Amino acid sequence: MSDDIASLSPVQMDALREIGNVGAGNSATALSQIINRRIDMDVPRVSIVPLEEVPELVGGPDTMVVGVFLRVYGKAPSNILFLLPRDSAFYLVDMLMGKKHGDTQKLDFMDESALMEIGNILSGAYLNALFNFTNISLLPSIPALAMDMAGAILSVVLVQLGQMGDHALVIETEFKTEDDGIKGHFFLVPDPGSLEIILQAVGV
Amino acid sequence: MPDLVKVGMADYKVGRAPDILISYGLGSCIGISLYDPQTKIGGLLHIMLPDSSKSRSNENRAKFADTGIKDMLQELISMGAAKSRLVAKLAGGAQMFAFANASDIMRVGLRNATASKEILASLSIPVVGEDTGGNYGRTVQIDLANGVYKVKTIDKGDKEI
Repeated sequence: MSDDIASLSPVQMDALREIGNVGAGNSATALSQIINRRIDMDVPRVSIVPLEEVPELVGGPDTMVVGVFLRVYGKAPSNILFLLPRDSAFYLVDMLMGKKHGDTQKLDFMDESALMEIGNILSGAYLNALFNFTNISLLPSIPALAMDMAGAILSVVLVQLGQMGDHALVIETEFKTEDDGIKGHFFLVPDPGSLEIILQAVGV
Repeated sequence: MPDLVKVGMADYKVGRAPDILISYGLGSCIGISLYDPQTKIGGLLHIMLPDSSKSRSNENRAKFADTGIKDMLQELISMGAAKSRLVAKLAGGAQMFAFANASDIMRVGLRNATASKEILASLSIPVVGEDTGGNYGRTVQIDLANGVYKVKTIDKGDKEI
């Protein structure tokens, strides 16, 4: 399967980038409405990365992050991982819970629940866009949250890919609020067999 | 000054005193060290999966407990370590996200730990330190000057095994 990933054509990479663009655009709009701030979104990166280098995308394996993980069910099973640096997650909680910037210094049960709900809404928006694009209906699981080292959190998806190959196809978008106070990475990591299904659906 | 040698995911590194071998941010993965206290030769292996025979992609042997441990062992012996003196320590094997209907792949941490210990037992290498399980990440390092294996976590404290 790793061979399949490595042999993607430029047109296929473009199609995946466009999926990332539309999906993340939808998610960014949802987030922007919830926190009432403008959200800037980078052009999605579609990259084929050796598994061990994926944690470098978010600052290295020992970077402290908050991760919301959702398993995606349907015809093209995938994983969604929404990663925020710890300070960004705290700031986002401040906004969501109506607190002053800097109030949140650790996550209590309510804070975690709020962040998981954000993960839920963003994933829903993303998968909706993906459906409009591909006509593949995908449903997210309930979200799970962890605050820990990026390497440890990413291992959840990397291990699954590791059974099939040594590379990950990562469709990744970075979000930023205008003041740079909140940054986040949204990862869609299709299961190895799912990639073909998504590409077929968009006809490339 | 001791060299700090970084061990990536699905890789291993070997060395001798005063090197320190370190691997960052282990979740369900396991950091397995083998150490010969007399020659102060040792290695650290960062595995992702328990069994190479159950995977469709097994070219990278350091990804798996079974092939990774055997390869590292051979390299240590060729450097002058004695198999009869080697001791093993291991840490990691967490389940980062708890789902009610956790599938096999979610419990891979536990399977990694079990498989690693079985393989070490089959090679007659004693496990003298272990810190596995839980739901948190670990950064692990072994100091080849004295065999001390340190486990660092974000908020579950640090320990030596």
